[in-house]
Amino acid sequence: MKVGLFIPCYIDQFYPQVGIATLQLLEKLGCEVGYPTGQTCCGQPMANSGFEHLTDGCNRLFVNNFADFDYIVAPSGSCVLHVKDHLHVTDKETAATHIREHIYELSEFLTDILKVERLSAKFPHKVGIHQSCHGQRGLHVSQMTELVGPAFSKPQQLLQMVDGLELVTLNRADECCGFGGTFCVFEEAVSVKMGKDRVADHIHNGAEYITGNDVSCLMHMEGILRRQKSNVKVLHIAEILNSEV
Amino acid sequence: MHTPDLKDHAVLAAQFNANEPRVNWHDETLWWVRQKRDRMAWSLPEWEALRDAASAIKHNVLGNLHEYLLEFERNAIANGAAVHWAANAAEHNRIVLQLLQQQGVKRIVKSKSMLTEECHLNPYLAENGIEVIDTDLGERIVQLAKEPPSHIVLPCIHKKKEEIGELFHEHLGTPAGNADPQFLTAAARTHLRTEFLQSRVAITGVNFAVAETGEMVVCTNEGNADMGAHLADMHIACMGIEKLVPQRKHLGVFLRLLARSATGQPITTYSSHFSKPKPGQQLHIVLVDNGRSRQLGRADFRNSLKCIRCGACMNTCPVYRRSGGHSYHNAIAGPIGAILAPNLDMKQYADLPFASTLCGSCSNVCPVKIDIHQQLYKWRQVITEEGQAPASKAAGMKLMAAVLSSPGRYRFAGKAARWLLRTMPGLINNRFNPWYKQRELPEPPATSFAAWYKKNR
Repeated sequence: MKVGLFIPCYIDQFYPQVGIATLQLLEKLGCEVGYPTGQTCCGQPMANSGFEHLTDGCNRLFVNNFADFDYIVAPSGSCVLHVKDHLHVTDKETAATHIREHIYELSEFLTDILKVERLSAKFPHKVGIHQSCHGQRGLHVSQMTELVGPAFSKPQQLLQMVDGLELVTLNRADECCGFGGTFCVFEEAVSVKMGKDRVADHIHNGAEYITGNDVSCLMHMEGILRRQKSNVKVLHIAEILNSEV
Repeated sequence: MHTPDLKDHAVLAAQFNANEPRVNWHDETLWWVRQKRDRMAWSLPEWEALRDAASAIKHNVLGNLHEYLLEFERNAIANGAAVHWAANAAEHNRIVLQLLQQQGVKRIVKSKSMLTEECHLNPYLAENGIEVIDTDLGERIVQLAKEPPSHIVLPCIHKKKEEIGELFHEHLGTPAGNADPQFLTAAARTHLRTEFLQSRVAITGVNFAVAETGEMVVCTNEGNADMGAHLADMHIACMGIEKLVPQRKHLGVFLRLLARSATGQPITTYSSHFSKPKPGQQLHIVLVDNGRSRQLGRADFRNSLKCIRCGACMNTCPVYRRSGGHSYHNAIAGPIGAILAPNLDMKQYADLPFASTLCGSCSNVCPVKIDIHQQLYKWRQVITEEGQAPASKAAGMKLMAAVLSSPGRYRFAGKAARWLLRTMPGLINNRFNPWYKQRELPEPPATSFAAWYKKNR
């Protein structure tokens, strides 16, 4: 199985440790991982701002870089959802379709494709899960509180395999953190208020770490936590699942 | 970012956020309603099937709207009602005014109707010397405060009980400082009863209209629509053309969904069916288009016409709860307002589809399964294509696209940004950067993942 590693632009530039943990974790689990070095961004920052017509360059690059892999995996539900919903290249539609159908967010790839049942990881801390909206409501990596249906959570399923990790229960299980792409700057006041409220829920319920499957949300909440001089830290789920025993 | 004469959600929301304890109160009040809705949804194992059914029925209605409207008109006329067609808000208002002038009335009662809000009927009638008394308690409160409703189901949800006490003291003569909800409700009841008894014409909205029977259903908790319509010589029912359901049996689906979604009640206290005028009374029905057929023609947005105005998308929306209904500067606020408003005026409401994180909670609570957050995304594209995006934003996006379309430019820009952040953080971390105002930027690492990979693999 050839897995193409997609490391979204802001993770590449600002959170390389998340890329490293994702790569090491996939390798540990026996995947043959390739990282195409010509990759940049999925195009979502433009598209969500109303400029999807400017994403052709990103789409072409994406198809050129990832067409030859059996699966494409990324440590971001949001970027994966964008590719799944919007990747089209007029003269390369077969390749684009293959990518749309075989791109996975890391946690769903581990539970659904690799069918991981145990992990050798240890993280003796209280952890709160931030359910990032695009992974949850877009990719359905976990059940949504609005819907009447059976409970499930792929990230939680994986975190429960980690030795010593204690999950905290939040008052609002799946409320948005307010990052929202360019929303975070164009609607600064509401964005920050949403982030403060999310962070407060984790702190109130005793979390030492906030984890999730989207670095963008975590970056936003980390920015607020650091401004508040809080001891609570954020970690991407890959960093916890890859933590050494 | 917008031209100064245009209202902007971000600016209005920032003003709302100046008072954080109040934002917390607003958020928690509406979250409580959302939780009530969840409990009600979970009380019905067939909840999701009901949503599917409601969505499918409305799909059929929108696909055959022409036939259903004519069927409804035929049956309503046969029942003894007069049917009027209004292409837009101005026509609607003129029709209503004409009817009122015909009756020679100067003061009328109205039960809550978002359509008449959309058409700005009250100010139009006031200009023509007719005073409208809104009889829904929440609606009366915002009317006394000279404010528009901030929520389609809970019009005065932005007001605290103390503020309502003050308003009542000023306008209805209740004792100063009394903010007891029960006392204030009783005072409003007495005040409204006088209005009901004196009013010769009553205007109501319509929740559902049945094509098969020509009847209309109005859902209220206060019985004010019934009180008004039963006591008056003339009942004018104003409805958008999308309010139809094909048959009476379909009401069962919608009445089970509406109040559960809206307020977490099993059903509204009153679900009143109006079909025939009583002897000596006139029943007028005004069917209003006002942009609906244009929206029907927009393949990506026609589903928005399925809306039954429950307000669940507002109660669940984390942005609405923290920005307040007035920040949407439209009769209908929240996520549904943000996909309906640009159809009415794309320039005036160009900001609304961007007042969302696209979290998708709205689509999940919607009882008729409108893909609200996907329509928000699509409106953003349309607004940009129509040239309504601010020039500075368009230039920034072009630059970003140019950088991200080239691996070389991207690597250079990333390296430069990290270097800048490490060596001259003040250039980026300053008061002109909206991110930095209340958040730290990430600590810039020395190398990118790509550089690490090159070295280690």
